Amino acid sequence: MIELKDLSLVYPNGTQGLKDVNVKINDGEFVVIVGLSGAGKSTFIRSINRLVTPTSGDLLIDNENILDYRGKDLRNLRTKVGMIFQNYNLVKRSTVMKNVISGRLGHTGTLKSILNLYSKEDMALAYESLKRVNIENKIYSRADQLSGGQQQRVSIARVLTQQPKVVLADEPVASLDPPTSHQVMKYLKKINQEDNITTIVNLHFIDMAMEYADRIIGMRAGEIVFDGPASEVNEQTFEEIYGRPIKEDDIRGGKEDVETP
Amino acid sequence: MSKPLNPTGRVPTSLVSGRTKLKMNVIMVIVLAFYIFSSYMTNASVLRFDQAFFTNVWNMVIQLFPPNWAYASIVWEKLLETLKMALVATTIAGILCIPFSLLAANNIVQNKFLYNFIKMFLNIMRTIPELILAVVFVGLFGIGIFPGILALIIFSLGILAKLISETVESIDMNPLEAIRASGGNTIQVIWYAVVPQVLPQFVSFTLYVFEINVRASVVLGFVGAGGIGLILRQQLNFLSYQNVSTIIVITFVVVVVIDYISNKLRRELV
Repeated sequence: MIELKDLSLVYPNGTQGLKDVNVKINDGEFVVIVGLSGAGKSTFIRSINRLVTPTSGDLLIDNENILDYRGKDLRNLRTKVGMIFQNYNLVKRSTVMKNVISGRLGHTGTLKSILNLYSKEDMALAYESLKRVNIENKIYSRADQLSGGQQQRVSIARVLTQQPKVVLADEPVASLDPPTSHQVMKYLKKINQEDNITTIVNLHFIDMAMEYADRIIGMRAGEIVFDGPASEVNEQTFEEIYGRPIKEDDIRGGKEDVETP
Repeated sequence: MSKPLNPTGRVPTSLVSGRTKLKMNVIMVIVLAFYIFSSYMTNASVLRFDQAFFTNVWNMVIQLFPPNWAYASIVWEKLLETLKMALVATTIAGILCIPFSLLAANNIVQNKFLYNFIKMFLNIMRTIPELILAVVFVGLFGIGIFPGILALIIFSLGILAKLISETVESIDMNPLEAIRASGGNTIQVIWYAVVPQVLPQFVSFTLYVFEINVRASVVLGFVGAGGIGLILRQQLNFLSYQNVSTIIVITFVVVVVIDYISNKLRRELV
């Protein structure tokens, strides 16, 4: 369980990233955080694996406050929390397999990882993860030879190899076209259901949020302005969250033309 | 219909303002004055290329030709020594520059003090000419290859660390965040996210520094730091110009070949 108590974050330049956020996220939930850019969605997500550090309040994961973690504890936390990025963040010059196995780094000694001495189980796990997102045939391709959707699937495989308890996805489909976006969201949903991994996704497309989320959290100016099950949400809710009428850009569309293998 | 230009209005006569024009002229006069002054003080001018100069050139050319090919075997041996010096020095500098170039990259080292300290250290190292280093090391260790290698290591470390740290500073930082987010420690972040991004440039720069080292090590022999320069100076002192021309011709060919191969390789890399 992830619990945020009065969590605030002020960046060194004075920007308020989070403002007195109180929220509880249960194990296995699929939460979508919506809000305009600058609303604090990224800060929210990045606080959970401490890529940014909140300046006040408490952040409990399984009843442990992670805000004072340093060094070893912090790396340990990060092995349990996988992350997917808008720009995939693969090492472009490395092979798909090398990118995927890097999900094991937290569990592998420094020397072993430098010499590529991974156990048979780790190699099998990496390959299995690639298979789960149907990209195992690209195993030895260089990451920059893949399309955007393929790269995002590789980054999902990397997270799967990590065997995390929580997956954070920061605008995972913002750089993709509509059909590929749905494909990526379907993989995330599948992983969430099959492995019971708590999944927190940042999105700004309202149709995708309504389709895939169990629960939607709306943010504006660093504060939570809506929190409820996806079934209770309609366009008006979004207009309230965004503080303006819904525009065409807020809708991804393209739902009909996808098939997940 | 566009309006015809009004020819009676004020038309600008220049592309830059009068002020700028004056400034540029003043600068030009100053530079010219410096040039004439230095030329006068050092007695360096085009007028020196007179009859006597061309006679001297001709005499030298006559003495240099034909090259003494019987001497070539000694030249090869010494030239190989020079190449070995360059190779050993480049390899060691290539390894040593890794920590330095990481520490001198402001996207890897967050500690401003450490970063500036390493940067300053590298700057100081780069400002010492390799010839001075060689003179110092020959004084410390005596005549031979070893002081030459040391001089080359320090000289090339300065260049390599600068070039590579700048490459590190220009990499894509996003993969680093991803590796950090998956629980990797600093060394793993560097090995998995930094190294693949800079490896081609690293190899390319190291080859380039090898080229520089080959040329530099030729000169280092002049101050007793081993290699081809040693016999070049010796033969010059003996006035055996035919041996000198053998050295020059062979060295020239070898350096050109090495530069050519290294350039080809580097073009393939990046």
